[in-house]
Amino acid sequence: MTSEVNHAEMNRSRAVMLLADIPGVVVGEGGPVLNVEAPLEQFASVAAILKEKLGCFFFAFLTAIDHKEAGLEVVARLDNLDSQVSVMLRAKLGAGNTHCPSLYHVYRGANWMERECFDMFGIVFDGHPDLRRMLLPEDWKGHPLLKSYAIDTPYPPYR
Amino acid sequence: MIAGLPPIVLSAIMSSVVLGFVVGLVAYTTLLERKFAARMQSRVGPYRVGPHGLFQPIADGLKLLLKEDLIPAAADRTVFNLAPVVFVVPCLMIFASIPFAPGIGVADLNIGVLFFLAVSSMEIVGLFMAGWGSNNKYALISVMRAVNQIISYDLPLVMAAMVPVMLAGSLKLSDIAKAQEGGFWFIFYPVLGQLGFLAFMIAGVAAENRTPFDILEAESELVAGFRVEYSGMKFGLIQLGEYAHVLGTSFLGASLFLGAWAGPGPVWLGPLWLFIKAMVMFLLFTWVRWSFLRIKVDQILAVSWELMLPLTLGLLILTSIVIVMRGPVA
Amino acid sequence: MAEVRAIDYTGSERLTMNMGPQHPSAHGVFRAILTLEGEKIVGVDAVIGYLHRCHEKLAENLAYVQYPSIASKTDYVAAMASELAYVMAAEKIAQFEVPKRAQYLRVIVNELQRIASHCLWLGTWCLDMGGALGGGTSIFLYCIRERELVLDLFESLVGARLLYGFHQVGGVRYDIPAGWADQCRTTLNTIEQRLHEYEAMLHDNAFFEARTRGVGVISSALAQDVGVCGPLLRASGVNFDLRKNVPYSSYEDFQFKVPVEQEGDCHARYRVRMVEFRESIKIVRQALDSLPEGPISSRPGVKSLGQVRVPKGEAYARVEGPRGEVGCYLVADGSQKPYRMKWRGASFSNLAVLPYILPGVTVADVVAIMGSVDPVFGEVDR
Repeated sequence: MTSEVNHAEMNRSRAVMLLADIPGVVVGEGGPVLNVEAPLEQFASVAAILKEKLGCFFFAFLTAIDHKEAGLEVVARLDNLDSQVSVMLRAKLGAGNTHCPSLYHVYRGANWMERECFDMFGIVFDGHPDLRRMLLPEDWKGHPLLKSYAIDTPYPPYR
Repeated sequence: MIAGLPPIVLSAIMSSVVLGFVVGLVAYTTLLERKFAARMQSRVGPYRVGPHGLFQPIADGLKLLLKEDLIPAAADRTVFNLAPVVFVVPCLMIFASIPFAPGIGVADLNIGVLFFLAVSSMEIVGLFMAGWGSNNKYALISVMRAVNQIISYDLPLVMAAMVPVMLAGSLKLSDIAKAQEGGFWFIFYPVLGQLGFLAFMIAGVAAENRTPFDILEAESELVAGFRVEYSGMKFGLIQLGEYAHVLGTSFLGASLFLGAWAGPGPVWLGPLWLFIKAMVMFLLFTWVRWSFLRIKVDQILAVSWELMLPLTLGLLILTSIVIVMRGPVA
Repeated sequence: MAEVRAIDYTGSERLTMNMGPQHPSAHGVFRAILTLEGEKIVGVDAVIGYLHRCHEKLAENLAYVQYPSIASKTDYVAAMASELAYVMAAEKIAQFEVPKRAQYLRVIVNELQRIASHCLWLGTWCLDMGGALGGGTSIFLYCIRERELVLDLFESLVGARLLYGFHQVGGVRYDIPAGWADQCRTTLNTIEQRLHEYEAMLHDNAFFEARTRGVGVISSALAQDVGVCGPLLRASGVNFDLRKNVPYSSYEDFQFKVPVEQEGDCHARYRVRMVEFRESIKIVRQALDSLPEGPISSRPGVKSLGQVRVPKGEAYARVEGPRGEVGCYLVADGSQKPYRMKWRGASFSNLAVLPYILPGVTVADVVAIMGSVDPVFGEVDR
């Protein structure tokens, strides 16, 4: 158990050291999963550092959370499969903002994930080469996973 | 009595008998194949229509007759409608050159083997018309593959068929059959017979477009290949042609390698023996079909041009050397 | 970096072919718009979403008690894995204890599920490569025969054959009935023997080798970059299995090997999965032999929706499903329903690799690669 704690602590200190150059990055307290809170403009560059320096090559997923008035938050999970480092990379978009830098040029897996996220939340990923709806038809109105989107919203002409 | 009729009438009677026989046989070989495949796959197969599913082919035929005959709006109507006929005619015509017993057959040509092989490769015209006339991308890719494949495999098929022809010293199928009388079938001819038969089988499977060489149907890639737009009886005709072709190749193989009508018992049992041998050939094709995966078009062509063609050519040269040294069997 | 949408609609020598959404080897409803040059693929545009039900919105509107049985409808071929991911995420936030017996039962059903799912994979893959009117069908029917045996086990355990609702927050819903363990052992023995039959048909088969060797190579860098997981990742030379590396549900108690292959082609994926078959059988046997006594749930008798409350917090639970990392990211706000739930479908990430590996192969290879990826579209589209 102690070795696990040490391991987590070591990872944290490494991440803090690596990300020290970038202002505004907050590395969360302990635990097996590192919470890295990045400023929006630095989202992609923080991801690039985590990939290249911390060895988080595995792109697990990217999604968003709608915090209602507080705005949207983008969450990406990155893993280092060799040394079991997991990072939750987060960026708050702020109220009313729907633009976020794309991770496509860091992780190719972000391609479909960001398209899905755009589809579901309407977040525009700047720098994504092919931002179209992924799961919903192209004529769909609205973005269903937003909290403002009622679950029984009709989709004419079907209902 | 029959011999007294003029030859043209005789041929007409004979050809209608053979045609009826072939069409009936095709219907029931589908059942045979389905039953055989079902047994291979630990299933029962058709069982509901009639005792042991014996009326299943009739039900299938009726169903095909009653189906709506669809013609795609963008198809080339003339070509599309003509294609199944052009396809099915050579497939049935190949039976004309096969003697079923001494003196029984539509036309025992002196170039019987050649006629068979030439006519059977004519099916590609109908095939290409079907694929082109459908105006469908799957069908187009399918027939492009088909043309490549049939051209590539008719050569080894001809070469393999030439082995018994050279051993018997005749292109006439009845002469070849006579040469094998007395139990010395060409498949038992040391080395040459077995290799020739093997080459004939492989090239035959490919020339008939059956798995593992069924790249033109390839339903997991091309849905149904050239017949994707066909329905109703036109589809039925294509199926009929395909099975007739397989059966024809089986009869040819039985005649060339398995001693044709030779067998124990009285002479009038000859056609039965030929039929049994042809069915064995057919089941061999079926066995191969239901055991292997399909290979890709480039691999198929590579097998043909880099392996089959040189080997069958070498086999032919070897046969001629053997014949020069020992003299022909007959 | 390869262009994502390398489609040339104007090229006069090129043919745009639509593969799907209704296509024999689409494995569901998948549409690939292929740009062909002869038979060679130069561009791919993958269209998914035909089976989209917005599970994530559904989860936000269903209580923790209700959703697990819906979770099975994401990956309907391996329903146990997705159910487990969801309940594990909830348990992680609430820090519910799960009794040892429940953990073992979870292991048993998940490994049986892996066997069933791999059976379907092998069958449909060979069907893709061998045709519905050829040798592929033979293997398909053999595999379905074995899959049915496993589904029979599930039926006598849960009462359902495809979508189970076996897991619940805090444990499992059903205990194994009398005689089930023996039936299970018999089934495992049968399947283990029949695996030899499959291998006899496939392993040194020249046609099979010709179709799979060197086809659809995924490098380990590409695999990690896209998030490819499970057997595909291990076939690309990355030794990562959640059951081994991040053990959950008492997987640390069992002895098993994690197969790793370096080639990254279809044949490597086949070899990895064939070993996984046998390892799963081993795990189930061990779990049956050492199944502890005790309760099967720490929260038995849940009757009303409000009875399971998960405090504010968030967690990401991941399960090694038959297709790879099935992840459930759960954000709870303390009510009886989750605030936000994200499915990380293994098939979604695995399928996302297609646009990078398909250009350059032929049409026939597309179906071989698709089949080796083993996508389940319920999980891709969610």
